[in-house]
Amino acid sequence: MSWILDHLDDIVSLTLRHTWLAGVPLVIGLLISLPLGWLANRHRRLRGAVIVGAGLLYTIPSLALFVLMPLLLGTGILDPINVVVAMTIYTIALLVRSVVDGLGSVPDEVARSATAMGYTPVRRFFGVDLPLAVPVIAAGLRVAAVSNVSIVSIASLIGVNQLGDLLVDGYNRAIGGELVAGILGCVLLALVLDLAIRLLERALTPWRRAGQGGAA
Amino acid sequence: MIGSIIDWLTSSASWSGADGILARLLEHIGYTLLVLVIAAVIAIPLGLWIGHTGRGRWLVTAANALRAVPTLGLLFALTLVLLPVLPGDTAFLVPSVIVLVLLAIPAILSGTYAGVEAVDPAARDAARGIGMTGVQVLVKVELPIALPLLISGLRAAVLQVVATATVAAYVGLGGLGRFLIDGLATQDYASTAGGALLVAVLALALDAPFALLERLVVSPGLTGRTRPLRPSEPNRTAPAGGST
Repeated sequence: MSWILDHLDDIVSLTLRHTWLAGVPLVIGLLISLPLGWLANRHRRLRGAVIVGAGLLYTIPSLALFVLMPLLLGTGILDPINVVVAMTIYTIALLVRSVVDGLGSVPDEVARSATAMGYTPVRRFFGVDLPLAVPVIAAGLRVAAVSNVSIVSIASLIGVNQLGDLLVDGYNRAIGGELVAGILGCVLLALVLDLAIRLLERALTPWRRAGQGGAA
Repeated sequence: MIGSIIDWLTSSASWSGADGILARLLEHIGYTLLVLVIAAVIAIPLGLWIGHTGRGRWLVTAANALRAVPTLGLLFALTLVLLPVLPGDTAFLVPSVIVLVLLAIPAILSGTYAGVEAVDPAARDAARGIGMTGVQVLVKVELPIALPLLISGLRAAVLQVVATATVAAYVGLGGLGRFLIDGLATQDYASTAGGALLVAVLALALDAPFALLERLVVSPGLTGRTRPLRPSEPNRTAPAGGST
C-alpha cells in the first residue's frame, strides 16, 4: 500500500497511457467493424469469409503480433503505433462478429416496415438497424475492452510503457507492492471501461428502460 | 531484414540442438497438451455438473471474472510466490503450468456449462420421461448436445495457452517463447521475428483441428438434415402460386 502512495504520479501517468493504448484501438476497431459487419450481414458469402478471417486474426498470439508489427508497418520496434495497430486488429477480430450478429438480430418485419415507410437503406441502417443492434454490439465491445486491457500490459515486454511496466519491474526487483499495484490498476481500468460501455449502451437504448418501467 | 529472418528460419543450425527450433516447438506443444489435459480434467466434469444440476453457477461467473486479471500479472505474482518454495528445475515449470491451467479453465468451464445449459428442456424432459436416470440423461442426451460448445471452449483454451506459454518464457519457461524473449533481450530481431512467426503458425495449426472437430461433433439429430417434414407445416421453399 505504501508503495502505491509513494509512486502515485507514475501510476497515474502509466494508467493514462494504458487507457490510450487500450481505448483508441477500441474506437478505431468499432469504426472499422461497423461497415465491415454491415457488408458481411448483407452478403452471405462475405459473411463466412469475414467471420473466418476474424477468427484467424484472433488466433495470432499477442506477443508474436506485437513483434511482427514493425515488419508489416515499417515502424521501429519501440513505436507505440505497433501496439495500437495490433490492438485494433484484435478489436476488429472480436467485434465484427458482434456487429454481424447484432444486425442479424433485427427482426425482419421491423426492417421491412422501415423500408415500407420510405427509409432509404442508409437512413434505415442508422435510424433502425444500428440502434436495435446496440445491445449485441455493446456486449462484444465489453469483451474486447476487458481483453484489450489485459493484452496491452504484455507490450511492456517489447518496451512500450503502460501499467504492465509495474508488473515487469515488480517481478524483476521482487517488489510485491508494485506488482499488486499493476494488477489492481489493470483490473480497475478494465472495470471502468466496462462500466463506461454499459452506461453508453443505456444512454443509446432509452426504449429498453421505458419497457422496464412500464412493466414494473 | 526479411532476408535475415528467412535465413534464421531456414538454416539447419537454428533447427538442431536442445535449444533449436525443433526442440522448442515440441516443448511448446508438450506444455499446451499437458495444460489442456489438466484443465479439461478439472473443468469438464465441473461444467457438466453445474449445467446438469443448475447448482454452483457462481463458479462460472467467478471463473469469467478471472479474465479481467492481466495474464502477465498473474504469471509474475504466482512465480514470485512459488519460486522460493519449489526445488530446482521445477521452480520454472510449476508456476507457469499452474497459471496456464488457471487461464484455460474459464474457457472450458463456461463452454461446457453453456453447452449443457443450451439443451432444449423438452429433450431433457423426454429423456426422463422414457425412464433415463440422471447419469444417463447427462451422458446420452446433455453431453452429446453440449459437445460443439464444449469443443469451442477447448479451442479457446488452446489459443490462450499457446499465447501465454510464449509470454511465460520471460519467467524461464522453455518453448518457442524463448526465441522472442531472448531475441528481444539481445536485440536479435531475426530470431525474435522468426520465433513470432513460428508461434503464429503453431497457433493456427493447433486451432484448425478443433475448428473441424467443432463442426463434426454436432449431434445428427440437431443438424436438421434428419428431421422429418411435418405434414401440417406448409412447405416454405416451394413458391406459393408463383407470386413473384
